[in-house]
Amino acid sequence: MDSSGDRWLLWVLRGSAVIAGGVTLLVILFLVAASVPAFQHLGVVRFFTDASWHPAEYAAEGTFNLWPMLVGSLLVTAGAVLIAAPLGVGAAVFCQYYAPGAVAATYRRAIELLAGIPSVVFGFWGLIVLVPMINQWHPPGQSLLAAVLILSLMILPTIAMISDASMAQLPDEYRFSAEALGLTRWATVRGVMLPAAAPGVLTGLILATGRAIGETLAVLMVCGNIVQIPTSAFEPVRTLTANIALEMAYAAGDHRASLFVTGLILTFIVVALVFIVEKINRRFSSLIP
Amino acid sequence: MKFETYSSSRESCCDREACAPVLSASDLSLFYGRKAAFRGVNLDIHEGCITALVGPSGCGKSSFLQSLNRLTDLIPACRIEGTVTCCGKDIHEPATDLIALRRRVGLIFQKPSPLPFSIRRNLDFPLREHGFTDRGEREAKMESALRDVCLWDEVKERLDSPATSLSGGQQQRLCIARALALEPQVLLLDEPCSALDPISSGAVEDLIADLRNRFTVVVVTHNLAQARRIADDVAFFWVKENAGRLIEHGPAEAIFSDPENELTRAYIAGLRG
Repeated sequence: MDSSGDRWLLWVLRGSAVIAGGVTLLVILFLVAASVPAFQHLGVVRFFTDASWHPAEYAAEGTFNLWPMLVGSLLVTAGAVLIAAPLGVGAAVFCQYYAPGAVAATYRRAIELLAGIPSVVFGFWGLIVLVPMINQWHPPGQSLLAAVLILSLMILPTIAMISDASMAQLPDEYRFSAEALGLTRWATVRGVMLPAAAPGVLTGLILATGRAIGETLAVLMVCGNIVQIPTSAFEPVRTLTANIALEMAYAAGDHRASLFVTGLILTFIVVALVFIVEKINRRFSSLIP
Repeated sequence: MKFETYSSSRESCCDREACAPVLSASDLSLFYGRKAAFRGVNLDIHEGCITALVGPSGCGKSSFLQSLNRLTDLIPACRIEGTVTCCGKDIHEPATDLIALRRRVGLIFQKPSPLPFSIRRNLDFPLREHGFTDRGEREAKMESALRDVCLWDEVKERLDSPATSLSGGQQQRLCIARALALEPQVLLLDEPCSALDPISSGAVEDLIADLRNRFTVVVVTHNLAQARRIADDVAFFWVKENAGRLIEHGPAEAIFSDPENELTRAYIAGLRG
C-alpha cells in the first residue's frame, strides 16, 4: 500500500465504486420521488382495487388498477421460466457430461450466440412467425402463450450458461468418486453433480427470472397488450414493462406518476430476486468446501 | 458380460500358487495423448493378498491403478494398450458391464473424496443405486461398513451432518466404508494415507491390514516402511525412457530382503528415488 501507484489505483477503484453504487441509489430515489404524487393522490390501495386501468391526468378522473398487469408479468415470467429451466439445465448437463468435446464446444457457441441476439429481433420474429402460427391454432395469436414462448427462448441461454459454469466449477473428484463407486452416468448426474451444482443453477434461474420480468420490447410486440387477467394462454395480456413503454409518450400528471409506480413495483420484484440469490449463496457456501 | 457379485463364502487365501489371479495385467500400456504413463506392465494380483505398488512420483502407479477398473475412461485423450483381465475376463471388451466391474473393483483416491452431502447419504445413495431398495437393509449395511472402518462410534450420533465436517482421516475411512458397503472383491487404494496426519494415517494403515483375506487389496504407496509393514506382494515401478515401467515384483519378503534388480535394491536401500 506504500507505493503511489497503489494509492492512485485505490482512489480510482473507490471512485468507480462510489459512482456505480451512487447511480443505482439515485435511480431508485428518482423512481420513489416520481411515484410520490401518485401515492399522495391515489394512495396504495387504489392500484389494486380500482375497477380498471383507464388512467387520467388527475387521480379523480381515472381508474388505476395495476393488478392485471402485475398478474400478466408474473404469468409470462413463470411460464417462460417453467419452459426454459428444464431446457437450459438439460442443455448444460448435455454439454458437461454427455456430449463429446467438439460437440459440446460447438453447442456452447450456439447458446452464446442465442444470448447475443437483440430482443427486438426475437420480438420481430415472434410477431411475423410465431403469432400467425398461434393465430391459426387459436386466434387472436397475440397472447400470453406467444409472450411465454418468446421469453423462454430469450432466457434459455442465461440458464444454460450459468448452469454450465456452475457444473464446470465442481471438483473432478465428485465425478471420479461417484463413477468409482459404480454409479451410472445418469445416477452421477442426478444424485451427485446436480445437487452439488444446485446453488449455482438456482442462481441462474433467478437471474433469468429477473431478466424475464424486466424484458419489455419483445414481449410488448407479441403479447397483445390488452389489460386483463387472462383466462387462457391464448388470451392477450399486458405486462408492467409493456405498460410503461406503451403509455410513457403521452402520460402526464398522476398518469405519469402511476407509470413510475409501475416501474417501482418492477424494481421491487427484481431487488427481491437479487436478495434471494444472496440468501441462497450464503446458505450453500457454508455447505460446500 | 456380467461379473457375479462377490460372495462372502469365498475361500480366502494368500497362496500365490493355489489360486488364479483376481486381476491380471498383460503387456499393459497407458498413454495420455502421445505421452506414455507406463508401458508393458505384466502383473498378477493375487486373491486375498495386499499388493503394494511402490516407486517414485510420476512412474505411472496411480494411472496403473485407475486402469484396473477403467476409471481412466473418464480422462479424455487417454488410451490403453494391452489387456487387463478380471477373473479371467477381459475388462476392455465392449460388452463389459462397467457398473459391475467398478462395484467389484472399488477405488479409493489419494485425497479423501466424500461427496458434498451428509455422511448418511454418502453411503446410502450408492447402495440405493446398486439396487438395495429396502431401507432397513441399507441401514444395516451402512452400519456394518462404518463399523468395519471403526468409524461407527465416532459418527453414529451425527449421520446427517455434512461428510465434509469430518476430519481428513475420518473422511478417508468414510470413503473406504462407502466402497466396502458395496462388497467389492478388490479394493484399489491410491496413496490413501499421504494426505493424512500421522495418527489418521496409522488408523487407515491398520484398517488396510485388517482387510487382508477379506478383500484383495492393491495399494499405491510412497512409504516403503508402510509397504514393508502391510504388503504380501510388492511391485516396484520406475521411470525408464520417459515412461513408467514395472521393474520387479514378487513376495514382499523377497523384494525387501533380496531384490534381483539393482534399481530395486538402490530404491529400497533409500539410495535412489
